[in-house]
Amino acid sequence: MDVVNQLQRQFIDNSASLHREGFLDDQFTQLQKLQDENSPDFVVEVASLFFEDCEKLINNMSRALEQQQGVDFKQVDASVHQLKGSSSSIGAVRVKNICVAFRSFCEAQNREGCLRCLQQVTHEYSLLKNKLQTLFRLEKQILAAGGSIPGVE
Amino acid sequence: MDSCNCIEPHWPPDDLLMKYQYISDFFIALAYFSIPLELIYFVKKSAVFPYRWVLVQFGAFIVLCGATHLINLWTFTLHSRTVAMVMTTAKLFTAVVSCVTALMLVHIIPDLLSVKTRELFLKNKAAELDREMGLIRTQEETGRHVRMLTHEIRSTLDRHTILKTTLVELGRTLALEECALWMPTRTGLELHLSYTLHQQNPVGYTVPIHLPVINQVFSSSHVVKISPNCPVARINSSVKYIPGEVVAVRVPLLHLSNFQINDWPELSTKRYALMVLMLPSDSARQWHFHELELVEVVADQVAVALSHAAILEESMRARDLLMEQNVALDLARREAETAIRARNDFLAVMNHEMRTPMHAIIALSSLLQETELTPEQRLMVETILKSSNLLSTLINDVLDLSRMEDGSLQLDLETFNLYAVFKEVLNLIKPIASVKKLHVSLNLAPDLPEYAIGDEKRLMQTILNVVGNAVKFSKDGSISISAFVAKAELLRDSRAPEFFPVPGDNHFYLHVQVKDSGIGVSPQDIPKLFTKFAQTQSTAIRNSGGSGLGLAICKRFVNLMEGHIWIESEGLGKGCTAIFMVKLGIPERLNESKLAFMPKVPPNLGPTAFPGLKVLVMDENGVSRKVTKGLLVHLGCDVTMVSSSEECLRVVSNEHKVVFMDVCAPGMDGYEIAIHMHEKFTRRHERPIIVALTGNTDKVTKENCMRVGMDGVILKPVSLDKMRSVLSDLLEHRVLFEAI
Repeated sequence: MDVVNQLQRQFIDNSASLHREGFLDDQFTQLQKLQDENSPDFVVEVASLFFEDCEKLINNMSRALEQQQGVDFKQVDASVHQLKGSSSSIGAVRVKNICVAFRSFCEAQNREGCLRCLQQVTHEYSLLKNKLQTLFRLEKQILAAGGSIPGVE
Repeated sequence: MDSCNCIEPHWPPDDLLMKYQYISDFFIALAYFSIPLELIYFVKKSAVFPYRWVLVQFGAFIVLCGATHLINLWTFTLHSRTVAMVMTTAKLFTAVVSCVTALMLVHIIPDLLSVKTRELFLKNKAAELDREMGLIRTQEETGRHVRMLTHEIRSTLDRHTILKTTLVELGRTLALEECALWMPTRTGLELHLSYTLHQQNPVGYTVPIHLPVINQVFSSSHVVKISPNCPVARINSSVKYIPGEVVAVRVPLLHLSNFQINDWPELSTKRYALMVLMLPSDSARQWHFHELELVEVVADQVAVALSHAAILEESMRARDLLMEQNVALDLARREAETAIRARNDFLAVMNHEMRTPMHAIIALSSLLQETELTPEQRLMVETILKSSNLLSTLINDVLDLSRMEDGSLQLDLETFNLYAVFKEVLNLIKPIASVKKLHVSLNLAPDLPEYAIGDEKRLMQTILNVVGNAVKFSKDGSISISAFVAKAELLRDSRAPEFFPVPGDNHFYLHVQVKDSGIGVSPQDIPKLFTKFAQTQSTAIRNSGGSGLGLAICKRFVNLMEGHIWIESEGLGKGCTAIFMVKLGIPERLNESKLAFMPKVPPNLGPTAFPGLKVLVMDENGVSRKVTKGLLVHLGCDVTMVSSSEECLRVVSNEHKVVFMDVCAPGMDGYEIAIHMHEKFTRRHERPIIVALTGNTDKVTKENCMRVGMDGVILKPVSLDKMRSVLSDLLEHRVLFEAI
């Protein structure tokens, strides 16, 4: 039981820090609420989807922005829009905020700005991915140890 | 000679004077002796004489005086000494007695005198008493007369008799020459000679009421002496006749309704008649006080008697009037009953008689339509059919209406399919609407029970009529029919203030609203809409036929169903909304068990808030699609996911109750999908609720959504609670535009 408690405490810390640092917001909590016996891995699934989406989109955007002839800002904008939607669905606040800025650069057709945003997005996304994966690992461990995930009824 | 001792008288004895003295003395003595005898005799006779002792004294005194005078007789001639001695003694005695008597008299004479005065006094008193006795007697007699008069007067309730009797009796009692009664006329400006004692038929003789003498009499409650020359006293047409003393008295007329004087402000409410009494001219009689009193009393009694008589007359007249009215009413009632019976018979006959030929015409015309016809023939047959249908409708309407007015119309209550009714109405109205290019939409609330207890036929008739009116009076635009269950708090509608529906367990109120964009109704015509046969003056209406009975009949039906119907319109050209609420019964719950698992969504319900609710989610973004699906699955919905609009349109069916679509992806038009879906599902209750999910919070998005006919807009990201409340709102109201 000690192990479980320790793990749980770690989990709480991690979760709290994620929220505190603004990586995640309330939406993530909502998602956690949706996890029940019918869909036990709901959050993980959503997160995986998110990661996949993100990677795909970031690739798209970088390719589009690297076009020397003429950047198809519409396409970039579409991708950013998608990313924004996804990130807001999962509650990835930071990513979403960058997307907002990204979009305005796209509208202004500012390549430099877009590139910069893309870099930021990539960076944030990686950070988030790591943290979330840590969190999920902890979850698995707790469950394996027979405990319950704290903060989720 | 000197030895006779005789005393010489003073006078010579043979004188003539002496002789006379001698004789006088003798007579004096005689008298003196007889006086006491007389006294004694008379005293003995009378019983009362209080002073016997005085009498004795007096007698003694007189006797002695007599004796003295008698003895004096002997002294005229020569008389002896003895005689002288006797004389002296007698004189002495007399002196003593007379002095004593004199002294006594001093005492008793005042007494005697006072006796006399007392006697006088008593006599006066007796006379006075006599007089008073006389007065009392007369008064009593007067009273007797009054009583008798009153009795006579009050023994009859007939006015004429009363007055006549009064005059007669008064005349008799007071021995009058003439007695007359003047009554005020109808106008109240004159006095009319109504009754007299001796003149048989008093001629219509009037005097104006405002004579000073009359005013004087009327202003005093007592009998007033008036001059014999004044007009009221001149009854006799002969000029030479001058009556004796005349008095007049007022007779108050109490509330006699015969004399209807209403608007004469100068008259006081008290009205008087004038009674004039005349003494005979040839007797020198004066009016005595008691007679005047008698007259006053009689006048009052007459007033009372007259009022009684008047009241009696009044009540008799009222009773007669009532009887007449009764008879008339009875007759009227019988006539009305006969009329109603005749009408019912007529209706019964006409019902059958009219419908049979109508039926034949319609049936055969429709059969004719089925055969081979040339175009002109077809046109003719169609016209015949249309006209006969109209006529049939009219006949039905009129017959129905008359039956409803009887109160003999009763609803046929049965369980029926409410949805089917609306479908049917829509089917019926579709052809006409499509011809007129009107868009008809039906929106049934999901919580509307499928089955209800009520009169299906009449409900359909009502809805059809209302919808038909909407179609009839719209040239273009759209007509929307919506029906839902009226909520308790909405039941008290300010627009229908007299309508107090009572929600209950075994019934519900169906609220149907038909909105059209037609010619509308001006506000002042709205109340007339429901009256029979009244039509607003508009050529459009006149051209479109109809008898104006439709709404009246609807109103009757709705009222029978314990509901209310009303029409709102902002004015001509602004369309109109007809709303009605009727009470329908709730049939026995068919699946009781199913209901137990489907309570109306309380907010803290567990995951199975909307079990089995088929939902379609359309979102390009995988993540958000998954999240949305997760939310809905968590709430128990059966979720189908699509990622493109074509797929959405392909997959969507009327089984899906709600469609969530993402509209904020650029390049993809969720709006088009909505329009397509509207086209695909024309019946409102089959079409799923379309809800837009968007990350945009601006008004443009919202307006666009509303424009294309979406039922709601939700801002992403959606929390669990929000989704839950949104779904419950949507399913209740089928409309949600506040979730932004």
